[in-house]
Amino acid sequence: MLSVSELSFERYFERVFEPVSFELHAGSLLLVTGANGCGKTTLLRVLAGLLEPSEGELLVRKHPLYAGHEPAIKDDLSVEENIRFMMRFMGRRNSETGRTDEELSQSVIAKIGLAAVAQQEGRTLSAGQRKRCCLSRLLFCDEALWLLDEPYSNLDHEGIVMLDGIVREHLGTGGCCVMTSHGSLRPEGFELQECFLRSGRHSSTWAAA
Amino acid sequence: MSRPALTTAFVALLRRDLLLAYRRRAELLQPLLFLLVVVTLFPLGVGPSPQLLANIAPGVIWIAALLATVLSLDSLFRSDYEDGTLEQMVLSGQPLTLIALARIVAHWLIAGLPIVLLSPLLAVWMNLPDAGVPVLLKSLAIGTPVLSLIGAIGGALTVSLKRGGQLLSLLVFPLYVPLLILATSAVSSAVAGLPYSGQLGLILAGMIAALTLAPFATAAALKLSLS
Repeated sequence: MLSVSELSFERYFERVFEPVSFELHAGSLLLVTGANGCGKTTLLRVLAGLLEPSEGELLVRKHPLYAGHEPAIKDDLSVEENIRFMMRFMGRRNSETGRTDEELSQSVIAKIGLAAVAQQEGRTLSAGQRKRCCLSRLLFCDEALWLLDEPYSNLDHEGIVMLDGIVREHLGTGGCCVMTSHGSLRPEGFELQECFLRSGRHSSTWAAA
Repeated sequence: MSRPALTTAFVALLRRDLLLAYRRRAELLQPLLFLLVVVTLFPLGVGPSPQLLANIAPGVIWIAALLATVLSLDSLFRSDYEDGTLEQMVLSGQPLTLIALARIVAHWLIAGLPIVLLSPLLAVWMNLPDAGVPVLLKSLAIGTPVLSLIGAIGGALTVSLKRGGQLLSLLVFPLYVPLLILATSAVSSAVAGLPYSGQLGLILAGMIAALTLAPFATAAALKLSLS
């Protein structure tokens, strides 16, 4: 589904991360680890197609779903309005086409654990609630390839368990997922590939000289 | 995945923008108040002679409209860029041109249309002769969309800059010059009893050209800003 060989990205003529290679098939999970600033987010943005790779090959067979650090939540809209807009703009699973926007958004909100704050404006949400709102897309979009940037950050224990469940279900139905983590929080009980990312900044000619 | 039809996505985005504007209506009023203040300052500055005011009225009202529009341009894509909505919209697979067009239409409805509606009042204020008022209204009705369309290109180009506002005005004001010349000349001609349909026709042609090309240019500029 996703095949990457010797991929790297340069910014201002400097490699952000050392070249990476991996291959991802249906049902597998890749965990990208590495220190702060080693280019995990950049790698994910390259995989999502937001940035052009500078070197190497990237083959993405499916349209990806990318959930980054910015939650894409409008402060002036309620949780429900935010989710409904995403649904109308980005689409939904084929299996859900029979339901109205209202039913679907309410069931998504209940599943993601935001029922109590559904009518509250985005600005009033806590960091963890924003993360949940951002992750709600995983429940109604059916892109097979998920690119999740630090999905566990700010989530409480219950949220982490919930996210693990959502990812497990996705992998079970033949999807695949790339996740970044800087170490402390990582998916539990998954069979996963791991890719350790090294920063390219100090390995350039400058360091050698 | 059932991706929504283009019209559904367009309407969804337009509705969201109008709803957001409604929730922040205090911010919406600022450019309009600015417009009123600028026009009010002129009689105080150049003197209240009715003849003088009538002579400069078309230019003053149009320049004030330009300034008021540019004031609201900086926010056109900024909040969507900063909270990550823009990149999600780009990744959704909906054409970027559609996103740009929806934002431009919303901007005109929010910032351009009120100026058009307010212009008869400004005309009275500046003692513009009656013959000029309908032409002023017409020139603003077909000219303000051009302001939004061209401004959107500048807004998209400067969205990734922290303080893009000043650069934005430097970028778009030169592009507004032909419009300003044609529009004020149309109104002055009407007041003098001369034919003015040529000028209005050229503004209309400019609007159609901008409507066909600006969404594409805006989309390309957004793509540049995102990478």
